[in-house]
Amino acid sequence: MTNNLNAMKFIEVKNLSKTFDQFLANDSISLTIKNGEIHALLGENGAGKSTLVKCLYGVVKPTDGQILINGNHVTINNPREARSCGIGMVFQHFSLFPALTVSENILISLDEKITKKHLEDKISIIGKQWGLPIEPTKKVLDLSVGEQQRVEIIRCLLQNPKLLIMDEPTSVLSPQEINQLFKVLRKLANSGCSILYISHKLNEIKQIASKVTILRSGKVISSTSTSKISTTSMAEKMIGKKVKKITKFSKNSFLNSLTAISINNLNRKKISQFGTELKNISFNVKYGEILGIAGVAGNGQVELMNALSGETLGDPDEIIFEDKKIGNTNIKFRRSLGLEFVPEERNGHATVPDITLTENTFLTFYNTYSKNNNFLDDILLSSNMSSNDSISIINDNDVRCPYSNPLADQLSGGNLQKFIVGRSLKANPKVLIISQPTWGVDIGAASEIRSKLLLLAKSGKAIILISQDLDEIYEISNNICVINNGSLSKPKITSKISAKDIGILMGIN
Amino acid sequence: MENLLITILLTSIPILLAGLGELVTEKSGVLNLGVEGMMLCGAVAALGSVLIFGNPYIGILFGAIAGILISTVFSFFTITLMTNQVATGLGLTIFATALTGLIGEPFVGKTAASLPKLEIIFLSDIPYIGKILFSNDILVYFAIFLIFFIHFGFQNTKIGIIIRAVGDNHDSAHSIGYSVKLVRWISTSFGGMCAGMGGAYIPLALTPHWSEGMTAGKGWIALALVVFASWMPIRLLIGALIFGGITILQFVAQARGWDVPSQFLNMLPYLATILALALISLKLRHNNYAPACLGKHFLGNK
Amino acid sequence: MIEFTPRKIQSSFWAILSPIISIGMTIFIGSLIFKMLSYPVMESLYQVFVSPFSRPDRIADIFVKACPLIIIGLGLIFCFKANIWNIGAEGQFILGTLCAGSFALLFPETKTYMLLFSMFIIGFIGGAIWASIPAILKVRLNVNEILVSLMLVYVAMLFIDFIVRGPLRDPMSFGFPLSKVYPDGAIISKVDFPFIGFLGQFHYGIFIILILCPLIWLFINKTLPGFQIKIFGSSTRASEFAGFNKNKITFYVLLVSGGLSGVAGVIEVSANMGRLQPEVSFGYGFTAIIVAFLGRLNPYGVVIAGIIIATAKLGADNAQMVLGIPKVVTGIFEGMLLFFLLAGETIQKYKISIRKDN
Repeated sequence: MTNNLNAMKFIEVKNLSKTFDQFLANDSISLTIKNGEIHALLGENGAGKSTLVKCLYGVVKPTDGQILINGNHVTINNPREARSCGIGMVFQHFSLFPALTVSENILISLDEKITKKHLEDKISIIGKQWGLPIEPTKKVLDLSVGEQQRVEIIRCLLQNPKLLIMDEPTSVLSPQEINQLFKVLRKLANSGCSILYISHKLNEIKQIASKVTILRSGKVISSTSTSKISTTSMAEKMIGKKVKKITKFSKNSFLNSLTAISINNLNRKKISQFGTELKNISFNVKYGEILGIAGVAGNGQVELMNALSGETLGDPDEIIFEDKKIGNTNIKFRRSLGLEFVPEERNGHATVPDITLTENTFLTFYNTYSKNNNFLDDILLSSNMSSNDSISIINDNDVRCPYSNPLADQLSGGNLQKFIVGRSLKANPKVLIISQPTWGVDIGAASEIRSKLLLLAKSGKAIILISQDLDEIYEISNNICVINNGSLSKPKITSKISAKDIGILMGIN
Repeated sequence: MENLLITILLTSIPILLAGLGELVTEKSGVLNLGVEGMMLCGAVAALGSVLIFGNPYIGILFGAIAGILISTVFSFFTITLMTNQVATGLGLTIFATALTGLIGEPFVGKTAASLPKLEIIFLSDIPYIGKILFSNDILVYFAIFLIFFIHFGFQNTKIGIIIRAVGDNHDSAHSIGYSVKLVRWISTSFGGMCAGMGGAYIPLALTPHWSEGMTAGKGWIALALVVFASWMPIRLLIGALIFGGITILQFVAQARGWDVPSQFLNMLPYLATILALALISLKLRHNNYAPACLGKHFLGNK
Repeated sequence: MIEFTPRKIQSSFWAILSPIISIGMTIFIGSLIFKMLSYPVMESLYQVFVSPFSRPDRIADIFVKACPLIIIGLGLIFCFKANIWNIGAEGQFILGTLCAGSFALLFPETKTYMLLFSMFIIGFIGGAIWASIPAILKVRLNVNEILVSLMLVYVAMLFIDFIVRGPLRDPMSFGFPLSKVYPDGAIISKVDFPFIGFLGQFHYGIFIILILCPLIWLFINKTLPGFQIKIFGSSTRASEFAGFNKNKITFYVLLVSGGLSGVAGVIEVSANMGRLQPEVSFGYGFTAIIVAFLGRLNPYGVVIAGIIIATAKLGADNAQMVLGIPKVVTGIFEGMLLFFLLAGETIQKYKISIRKDN
């Protein structure tokens, strides 16, 4: 009888703990996954989800606790051993090699001996069998994000896994691709393969998983069947307090206001083989409006941001701010006109990691300290001039610092993002162009940032929001357009465009 | 004419060998700027061992070993201790130039035995190309073999694909379970071995006397050649032959009595290197073939 | 398994200690090498590190030897802070010297120091032009500046060789490859110290460091362009985001560094040789790279580092004379020192622990 029960469970984790330095990332976690079960793991950034799955996949060694597979104690020292235990993993940031072909990518993760030619045939067969079509001789850098995920999944399937771990698999997919993925996952589960599905998206978990385990601060808060828990109570358990709903202000108040910025047939060539070419991008944003630009990662968002900020230049009339043609002006000049920018990459783009917050404030503020544009005065500007501004950014935006005026990389992701957004707000911009503002930021900080953006729009400023997070786009933008392979769709009013429409515009191949 | 082509081929062998080694090293993501120093170590070890043992084949062996040994110094600092690769490579060359100067001093004025030519029967009798291609010493054959070996290895063997993978994305390679540092140690040692043999070739086949810094920038040219060849072994051969030809030009000029100061002819390989780098950058402006992780550290914490 | 954990706060304790430990390690391993080569260890160390301090004139000569190293090293601070790898200072030194020297030889019999003053400017321009080649190629075509600047060292060496053996050879030099002697106005004179008189080769050119060093310190630490260089070196994308002009920074740091190398050459030749010859630099441009690192890219640090390295260089000369130790050992010491300094930077950034794998 007991034996039988154990046979049902594929994997059992008992009191697993992991400490880094002195930080307790996983605190005595227990978890059971049955054969053929889709088990969701829910938690905020930093709740310990990643650490737990890394322990299961042998990337990280647990400090304490046991792992049982089919009732037997195992120690998993490295990913290879995990694979031989029947565990496969699809990482959130894919562990692929862009310069290698699909088959080469798969070949090096296989432990069996097989020739490239033979493997290519096998990939096609598996692809057909599970509905994951892929061209094995293509280089990975030529694939879309969705296709790259297929490569990851096929790589796992070739080893006949008993447990497939998927880390935030839908964060990079369009709605249609998500549906496709779910079909594959259900098919897999029916064939007896267990799935550990890591996500912070509550609706998805309800939709796909049968059980959910909620983590907070490294501890298991709840482990229950998804049919017995509402999304609201999942959210509360995940955050540990009630979720504040933010409200959008009256939607059409900006309709009669002036156009702040207009983009006309903006084109940019690729700057590297990994890049995307921007093709004939046109849109207008009025004062008081938030325009959301949705799209799957890698479709030209970074290039668009660079073109809007002036890090890549073009013809003057490609970008018109009020009456000024600024398509050929640099970022410093655009800032001086009242444009502000928050790029996607926090470390090493929006901020320099190894300098202080005061110096990081100086980084985008130095222009405002120069009084009379006198050459010598400009040269003698010094970074300690920004210390008052930096203090007020920290205070106004509730940026929590480990000590006063820390180096930028000493802040957590959420706090650093609050600082970066706060720095742009401090400059009192007329137009704010912001990319992925809440990517990897915990829910509390994310909702603070979104309310700040809404407030800014309410005060009559224009915002261009580039985001992969559809929920975020729906939550705060007035109009939505979609970027796909370097082209931008026509803006549509938020209430008049469905997620399905957006998925179509994202262009599923 | 035949002799001229043979001389061009022979002159290109040191940079070809060193370049092939560096190509493998760089494919794994390590930029070893110490090629010049490693070549000098190979040269002095080869010369010394030949003077002691009298057998030029022993010289190749010692040259290769010396190259590997000195490259492990580089690996230890850059891969294990994660020091800056550019500065460490430079340090390696400074270190090795002085070290070989010290070791080589007793060899000054002595002549080492050269590598014998090995004629391949039948093939060497083919008119025109037979003498050029099939009547050479063992390192020439080895270098040519190595080009195809590396080309094939990168495309079709697992270890070759792993090396490329580590250079392309070391985090991914780590997360699917490869030891990035080990792969880089091995690739860098391979680079050291090739540079050592390339250096050994100079006293064993080209100029059988020791002089301090006798590689005269060949290591640096080999580095440039790897860029010029866009990290492709077969293109490396073409590049090396061009440089061989340019180097030979000064002897041709002397023989024909051209009225150009020798200094300007001696400058040509260096100027050609700059020109080659500029041209290749012009051509590949937006299409960089460099391994994505080239020169980047891998922390590798678990 | 050695494990590296990034330090939360960079250890300033290590920042000062690591150069000292590096020197200590170098001396330790150096002693082992002396031992291996069967030279008397203590006596060798005494000759290399202490003997240069044994007489006032010898001490003065340390400064003479350090002068070009420090000036080139000060220039390299700009490049290395900006993460631009100019390793061709040797060539820029030679070209600056050659330009200024040729100019001086155009005006024989000139007594006025205006000539010297012009030579400084021309030397700066000459070095800067030589450095502008990698700079333009880097900015325009993104060509690797390391290889280009190094190739140009060989070209510069051959070029000065040609000039001194050809167009500028002194007909009265008995076949030696030497130019005519500089006119008086192009010679930097030795310092006649009050009460003491001349001390070794100590010359007025050395005083330029007293001006350059604080000036560069102020520029790097207290001005916007200095900030720009620092940010550019730390993170290119962030510096572009700030609106700093990437190409300008790359171009100017190379120019300044090349120019200062040229000035170092002018001083060296005007003070010590008084004429052009095929060998004007003795690897100063390469040694200065180590000086810049040992000085941790701080102008005052570079001055101290220059003095330390110069001491060892002079000491090695003495060791060769007294004990017959080949002079090249200084190169071995320099290489090792650089290795240890770089390793010290790792220790400063990471906490290192040794973990046992089970």
